[in-house]
Amino acid sequence: MDSQSYLPVPPGVGMEENFLSLDDILLSHERLPSRTECLFPRLGFLEKSTDSQDIQEGTKMELPLWLAKGLYERKRRVVSIELPKVYREGWRTVFNADPTVVDLHKMGPYYYGLGSQMLHFDSPENPEIAQALLQTFIGRFRRTMDSSQNVYNEDTSALVDRLDCLERVLFKMGQRGLNSFQGWEKGRASHLTASTLVLNYRKRKMTDLQA
Amino acid sequence: MFCEKSIELIRELQRISDGQLPAFNEDGIRQVLEEMKALYEQNQSDVNEAKGEGRSDLIPSIKLRHCCLLRNQRCVTAYLYDRLLRIRALRWEYGSVLPPNIRFHMCSEELQWFNQYKKSLANFMRSVGGEEGLDITQDMKPPKSLYIEVRCLKDHGEFEIDDGTIILLKKNSQHFLPRWKCEQLIRQGVLEHVMS
Repeated sequence: MDSQSYLPVPPGVGMEENFLSLDDILLSHERLPSRTECLFPRLGFLEKSTDSQDIQEGTKMELPLWLAKGLYERKRRVVSIELPKVYREGWRTVFNADPTVVDLHKMGPYYYGLGSQMLHFDSPENPEIAQALLQTFIGRFRRTMDSSQNVYNEDTSALVDRLDCLERVLFKMGQRGLNSFQGWEKGRASHLTASTLVLNYRKRKMTDLQA
Repeated sequence: MFCEKSIELIRELQRISDGQLPAFNEDGIRQVLEEMKALYEQNQSDVNEAKGEGRSDLIPSIKLRHCCLLRNQRCVTAYLYDRLLRIRALRWEYGSVLPPNIRFHMCSEELQWFNQYKKSLANFMRSVGGEEGLDITQDMKPPKSLYIEVRCLKDHGEFEIDDGTIILLKKNSQHFLPRWKCEQLIRQGVLEHVMS
């Protein structure tokens, strides 16, 4: 297709988060099972299960990643973070057995992103998690790449359905490459087209009128 | 939980990820700022208490609120910044005059920013390419011929070309025009490039 002039801030790579990336902000909103290791005075209203004024020590809560990262300290235990199910031993063996059959969108949708972020929390399992993430990605990448390079002018929703966010981006890039190559082969590379942005605006205006 | 309002702002942009500009959510921003103000005041009083009365048990709560403040700040900054990226893209897709329904979605500071951007871009284009300057928004794809065949997709009124001739762009009429004159109209969806 044509070059887009709107390029969103790309998400960070690996363990880094990109401060302004919308994807990373949504990723860091994923909730993690955690347990408080000390008393949080005057914040009892955040925890619906008790009427007490404070959050008691030892309360189990689901904290968003950003908060868990902010509160977590190695020296002073304020909260302890549990691994989400999909990164635990049991699931890791499933991923090892055959990474291509798993529906990562349902598990994630930020399976790789959240997994890399989990490495911030000191856990003895960290090396295995990192290894599992890498192997899963390697195991699935070939298929993602293959399908993105070979499906032309077809409905891709069934292929994209089970992909993680990262893989979706890769798939889209592959498709864009394929489309522009096909356009070039047909001699349509110099064809001037209307901006997709403009076209989408018009579509929306139509639906606005109908509503 | 705190910061639910600010993540809503981000989701709003993420839902329309192709670069369209949703209406500026003034109300959402206001609510986030109010939450931040409340968090800050609560923290301030707790800090004073912790210092004055030596209540170090308050520190975890202070830290939690502080994290929320930083989080809200990040979300609002990212919201505004992503909108600016979209607005900048509009200059390249639509040209310097935006349709009113898009201008309507911008807040006054954003309109001001757009005008500044337009000015900077124009200044730059005037400064390169010798006397007349260079329109860098032209020829996004390398041109193969000076003239191209175009068909009108809607009534656009009269249109003057280089040699002073005035042609009427009427729906479904076909013309042979200088490429640089119609590139922008094609991008805006008024004309369609016809290839034989």
